[in-house]
Parts: sequence; C-alpha cells; structure tokens
Amino acid sequence: MPSRKLIVDSKEIEADDGLTLLQACELAGAEIPRFCYHERLSVAGNCRMCLVEWVGAPKPQASCALQVRDIFPNKDGTPAKINTKSDYVRKAREGVMEFLLINHPLDCPICDQGGECDLQDQALLYGRAAFHRFNENKRAVEDKHMGPLVKTIMTRCIQCTRCVRFATEVAGVPDLGATGRGEDMEITTYLEKAFASELSGNVVDLCPVGALTSKPYAFNARPWELGKTQSVDVMDAQGCNIRVDTRGPQVMRVLPRLNEAVNEEWIGDKTRHACDGLMRQRLDRPYVRKNGRLQPVSWGEAFTAIAKRVADTKPERMAAIVGDLAAAEEIKALKDLMTALGVVNLDCRQDGAKLTPASRQGYLFNTTIAGVEAADALLLIGSNPRWEAPVLNARLRKTWLNGNLTVANLGEPFDLTYPVEQLGSSLGVLEAVANCSHGFAQVLKDAKRPMLILGPGALARADGAAILKLAARIASDTGMIGPAGSAAEGGWNGFNVLHTAASRVAALDLGFVPGESGRDVAGIVDGAQKGEIDFIYLLGADEFDVGHLGRAFVVYQGSHGDAGAHNADVVLPGAAYTEKDGLYINFEGRVQLAERATFPPGEAREDWAILRALSDVLGRRLPYDSLAALRAALLRQYPHMGEIGTVPRQAGADPAVWEAIGSGGPLDVSLPLKNAIADYYLTNPIARASQTMALCSREFVGPAHKMAAE
Amino acid sequence: MSIRRLRLEQPASFAFSDENRARCEREIAKYPSGRQASAVIALLWIGQEQEGWVTKPMIEAVARMLDMPFIRVLEVATFYTMFNLEPVGEHLVQVCTTTPCWLRGSDDIVAACRKHIAPAPHTVSADGKFSWMEVECLGACVNAPMLQIGKDFYEDLDGAKTEALLEALRRGERPNPGPQNGRHTSEPMGGALTLKDPQLYNGGYGRRSEGGGASVTDTEAKKPTTAASDREAPAQKPPGAAT
Repeated sequence: MPSRKLIVDSKEIEADDGLTLLQACELAGAEIPRFCYHERLSVAGNCRMCLVEWVGAPKPQASCALQVRDIFPNKDGTPAKINTKSDYVRKAREGVMEFLLINHPLDCPICDQGGECDLQDQALLYGRAAFHRFNENKRAVEDKHMGPLVKTIMTRCIQCTRCVRFATEVAGVPDLGATGRGEDMEITTYLEKAFASELSGNVVDLCPVGALTSKPYAFNARPWELGKTQSVDVMDAQGCNIRVDTRGPQVMRVLPRLNEAVNEEWIGDKTRHACDGLMRQRLDRPYVRKNGRLQPVSWGEAFTAIAKRVADTKPERMAAIVGDLAAAEEIKALKDLMTALGVVNLDCRQDGAKLTPASRQGYLFNTTIAGVEAADALLLIGSNPRWEAPVLNARLRKTWLNGNLTVANLGEPFDLTYPVEQLGSSLGVLEAVANCSHGFAQVLKDAKRPMLILGPGALARADGAAILKLAARIASDTGMIGPAGSAAEGGWNGFNVLHTAASRVAALDLGFVPGESGRDVAGIVDGAQKGEIDFIYLLGADEFDVGHLGRAFVVYQGSHGDAGAHNADVVLPGAAYTEKDGLYINFEGRVQLAERATFPPGEAREDWAILRALSDVLGRRLPYDSLAALRAALLRQYPHMGEIGTVPRQAGADPAVWEAIGSGGPLDVSLPLKNAIADYYLTNPIARASQTMALCSREFVGPAHKMAAE
Repeated sequence: MSIRRLRLEQPASFAFSDENRARCEREIAKYPSGRQASAVIALLWIGQEQEGWVTKPMIEAVARMLDMPFIRVLEVATFYTMFNLEPVGEHLVQVCTTTPCWLRGSDDIVAACRKHIAPAPHTVSADGKFSWMEVECLGACVNAPMLQIGKDFYEDLDGAKTEALLEALRRGERPNPGPQNGRHTSEPMGGALTLKDPQLYNGGYGRRSEGGGASVTDTEAKKPTTAASDREAPAQKPPGAAT
C-alpha cells in the first residue's frame, strides 16, 4: 500500500495511505481523545474531539475523518506537519468539550459509568477549569426502552452514534437509530422496541458516557472496587476472552477482553449477563438421597455412599458422562479414575453428536475464527451460528460486509443478519451437493476459499456419522482442503465443526468416549432403563435425558442444582467456571487458560480435587496431589495442551485422513435438519439459574416459541 | 423547533391510492437496484400529500416498500420538519417568522392565526378546516410578511388582512394568492416607477423613434467591440519582418 511521510509532533513517520490521520498520530505515539471514533465501526466524525492541527490548514482538522492519503506535503516538498499537543489544538478541544458539557448532566456521583467514563477522563484533560460560559438549562431527554440488558439514561447521551453504528454494522440488527435533529436528536429504538440482538450488551461497552449502561449491573458496584481476573467464557464453545469482575465472593459482571483471533472485542449477551446465575441455585454442600429425599451430609459420608456402591458394582455396569462446562483437568481426572476402575462406558457427547476422536481435523473448526475472513463461499449444515456462537456470527457478517461471501444454509431458516440462500432442510439437498447435481456445489467449486460449517443440528442425529462423512467428502471434492498452513500463509482448510459445548473439544482430545464395546450416552440411558447400568457418574452433565435413568445410582458432581442434581442419589458440589483454574479448548482447538476469580461457595470444591479425594476413598488414588501435578501429567500425555493461545496448524490435504472421517450409512432423508438450540438464553445450568437470562428469554424468544418447542 | 415524535393516536392502517402507488413506483425506478432507499423522502412526501400527515402505518408501509428497517424511515420522518407528524386541517397555514417577515410584522399574523385557528400551533381548529405552524424562511422576503396555505403563497399581509383571508377560506372562497395589498408581484406600491415604456415589452425597444429615443439599435448593441481588458500594445510581427 502506498504510504507517505508525516511529521507528527516533530516526529517523522511513514504512514499507510489507507489509515486515518488519527491512527497515524497514534503510530507516532500521540494520544488522540475521541468519542465517536471506533476502529471497528464506520467513521462518523461527529464528536469533533479528535481535532488536530495541520500546519497551514485554515482550521483544526477532525483526525478521525481525514485519511492519510488526503494529506498533501508542503509546497516545498517537506512532509505535512501535524501537531497534536499545541496550544491551538488544546484550545480547539477545550471548545468541543465545552459544547459537549453544555447538555451533559453532572450525574457522575450517581452514574454507573463513573470511574470508567471517557467523558469524565477527557474532561479532566480538556475541561475548562477556569470558567465556563454557558449557564442555560440543560436539555432533558426521556429514557428509552432497549430491552432487559441495556439501561438508558438518555440525558447523558452525547450523540456519538457508536451504538447505532454497532447495531447496524456489527450486530446486523438495525434496531437503533437517531431521530430528530440538532439539539433534539435522540438515540432510540423503533417505538420502544427492545434491541433484539445477542450482542446487545456490547453497546454498553461502546457507549463513551453513561447513557447506555448495563441494566442488571445498575447501581451495583464501582469499577475501582472490583477485582479483575482474566478468564475464558464457557457459555459457548468459542472460548471468548473475558474479564471477570468480582467483589468479595460475587461475580459482579463479565466484560470482554481483546483477542483479535477469537472474539475481537465483542461477547454475546449470555457470556456477559449469565453471571448472576453464579449466585443462584448453587450446590454448596454434599447431599445423599435418603428415603427418597436429598439430605445434606458431610463430604466423608457422601464419599462413603459412593464407595459402597462402587464396590458392589461391576465395571461394565458403570458409566460416566462429562457435561458441557467441564475444564480439561477434571475431564482428565475423571477419565483416569474411570480407567482405573475399568469403566468403558464413558461419553462427553451429551447431545449424541456422532463425532469420534480418531482424527482431530474431523471435529475442529479448522478454518479458525480469524481465518473465516478469507472465505468466499460458505455452506451451513444444520447450524445456526447466530445462536450457537454469536461472536463467530458477527465475524461471518463482517466477512460478508467486507467482501463477497456467498452463504447457503441447509437447515432450519433463521435470520443470520446477512443474506443467506436457503437450500431447505432436507438431507436430499446435501446428497445433491455431494454429487455435484446441486447449483451450490458449483458455487463452492468456483470459490477460491470455500468452507462449510457442520452444526450440532446435523451431527446430533442417528445418521450424524453419515452426514459427517458426506460433509468431509464435499469438503475434499470442492477444494475446501487446501495447502497446509494458516489462511495468512496461503493455506486453507474449509472443513469446520461448530460445537456448542465448551468442554467438547478437550473431552474429545482426551478421548472421553466409549471404550471398546462401551456405551455412548444413548446407550447408557437405555442401559439404565433396562437395568443393565447401575452406577452413573455425571460431571456437570444436565443436557441429556437425566430424568429417565431408571434405578441406576446417579452421582452428580457440578455447580448448579439443575436437572442432573435433581435426579441424583449423591450430589457433590463443584466449582463453576469462574471458581477454578482450568484449561479450555475452543472449537478451533485453541487451548486457553481461565483463571480463578472467586472461591466456590460453602463446602464446594474445585472439581479435580473432588475427584482426587474420591479416588482415595475408592482405593484408586490418582497420581497427582496438586493442580500443577495434574497439569504436568496432562501435558506429558497431550503435549498440545501446553500451547496456550495457539491454534493447531492446518496439516493440508491427506486423503487418508479425510476418508476416515465419519462413517458410511444410509441418510434419513425423511427427517429434516433442525437447529440444536431452542433458546439461546437458556442453554446451560448457569444460564438457566440466571434471572437476567430468563428475562431475555421471555423478551426475545417468547413464551409462544417455548411452548411450541415443548 | 420542538421534539418531533410520532403522534400517540395513530390510524390502524395505511395504503397508497392506486394513483399514488404508481407515482411511488416511478420514484423508486429512478434509482439503481439496491438503492431503492433513496426514494424514501419522495415516498413519504407522496404519503403526506395523500393523508395530510405522516402516520406510523405509513412509515411502516414505506419501509416495507423500500426494504428498509422501520427505524431508518422514522429517522427521516422526524428529521425533516416538512413532514407533519400531527394531523393538519384542510388548510395548512405555514407562517414565516424568519427575520425579514418578523421585522415586517409576522407577529401580527401569528396573533391572527392564534385567534382564528387555534391558540397553539400544530392544532387543528375546532371546525377542522385549519391548522397553523411557524416555519423558517419560505424565500418570499420581498413580499414580507407572508404565509403559505397549501401550496399557495399569500404575501404582503398584516393582521387584519390575515384574518380576512382566513375568514374567506372558512367561507369556502378561494382568495387569489400573491400580494394581498394590491401591488403586482414585488413592484412598488402604486405601480412601477421604472421600465414603464410599453415599447420595452413590444419588441420595439432600441428602434429610432421620433422622440430621439435610444441611440443604438438592437443589432448594433450586440456587435462585438474592444473589450475593456484588451491592452493597447503593438501587434506582434513575424520574425524577420522589416521594422
């Protein structure tokens, strides 16, 4: 890209033509205040806070709206001089600040944005301390309804329109707008309609003042009294990077952390607002069922009850299921314990997805999240990324906005916020695409970088393995499997499996699947009903048919009193994802470390420690006494788990690998593909315990929808 | 200017008449495909001509026709003050109160409207015939003060004339638009003072007449002469020519 020289604050720099002057100034180390400008949104240029001096220009220049290519050199050929710290600039910005403050209320003591407010910070630098010239009444604006997550105090609004641009561009849900003009301009939704996006919480982060604040967090805490812990989200399998803000034992809020490769700076509403579920429905002490009722007991009593049962049961009549929120460490501990007991009925695929750990490429999102931006054709199979991974969906939308991504959806129609060719929900279409008798097969073949996404709706079926095989065939036939390496290096792999469970990839990596002649989840449930399975260990597993386990003795280890705990004979209180250090592997295969933000409540303990203690009682002591020792054992066995933050390198086309994915078999063409998630807001025990999520579900998914689903 | 919101009481439905629908389609066809949203102002204007004001069902109907989100059409409707968001009377009286008209007495006209129509602007009079509003400059300052009723300008008004005008409209008469004080367009009161020679207008201007008249004929006047910017300098000679 052509570039040109600039002298910013007497420092000469070379800046790309495509940059804005604001970015160029930042390259030179200058700090430019701004309200409306945001790197991930279109340029509005309406707050005027980023004024700089271009020596020779008649007026101060809005640096966000001026591109480097528009800055011509001086007449004598020397580079243009830009001042960002001169008195001229300071005076200009003070003038802008004064205008902004004319109508901004002095709410700071009662404003939730206080302490993390751009206007507050910048007023400190550019506010006119000596005197101000306007003593008129401030304008007052009625507050608007934007749904259960976004609280509005519109008198504070400075009309930067970041929220409007976010809704229109990133979220793809153009619900927000600015009505009226001049002093009467107001940010609003269409006639008090709620902002119906799964990414709506992000407008709270974007708002530079306290006009849009978090409704569930209103008047709860000040930013400086919160402990901040870097963590990883488990609400979906994307592994969004989050910051958990805690005060004492309570998680007050969850905010996104910047990670260009995973979530940029967005997170979904479930990630952000399900945290109130961490304080409700918690299991804080062990329980044992006596006379049909769960009675609180001591840890020792609970372990003894389990040990007695295990001693009486043959290994082939025992089973263990890993839930969706488990970290790699406890999966490893449970696997080691069950292996020591000789149990082969193990499974981590609660939804019945027909995935096997045979080939890692066969169950990963191989394109990687950032790699999606290079794609030009996409086939969705039984997937609704808007609900299964909303931040990934924003990335898909961004790709569509920036280029010419053609998307076709094979499955239930859904508004994905970008245009999609609906291919219907019959599997016959998939066969047609595989046989190249369907029009979209040609689109995939003509595309430079085609990709497909296999969602849980396609895999969690009786014929899931056959669909998997067919998808792998489509992938290799249409050139989705390119050379090795990442998209940036010229490599390409367009075969993607989209998981919804945060624990799934780690569990598959660890091989938590039925051993030889072992039973899967459906087999375990079936066996329990027939009396062939007598003992089931659930590690946070709530998402399968837990109500029909017959007379089997069920041990539930987990954090919340959800379906699993209600049907258990022994309940062991575990830690939620914010209460333990853990490794999570997202659907790309990226290993990420979540740090503990708070301690588990009451007598609850970290999950690996519970399993370690239980193993002692069962006489099969696990060979690690600390989390560090457990991790060391994990890394010895699976070295890739030590590569924190990186994705596996795409291996390139190896026919042997791709032919081994899935298994042949007849497709059940009569059964249409369905979306796996019936309600985005209620997909796991934490979200189901959250009042905020219940409100969202009622507002956006609606009781009518739910009744139909039931 | 006040905050512009949609009216609380809204009609249940809106549909363009067949004729207006055809007009809308002509407007939409003016723009390349994918850019239909450009026709939003034209469509809202056609809708306003039909209903008198912009209603919520109209906004939604226009949004559907142009494949726009409702909020985008609402933004346009609330931005432009020429879109009425309240019902208007049969005669919509728009009184100019910008400086030239105000200096020439637009306050009296506003007072007449308050008296004869309704005390507050944007209110339909009791008989449903009128509503009035203040507007910014309508570009007829030479005939200030003035007001616009429907699509007609009534100029050179004062309080009494405005009252008479409104009374006449109320009786169902249709007073002649234009200056109301007897002058012709923006000529001085009592008729023109210059350019009075009828020959100016019969094509005879410039012909030598008995009275001496103009000294240059029309054709002569149009002959090119030396321009004022021409310099009096010797003409250039070809190289080698004798001096």
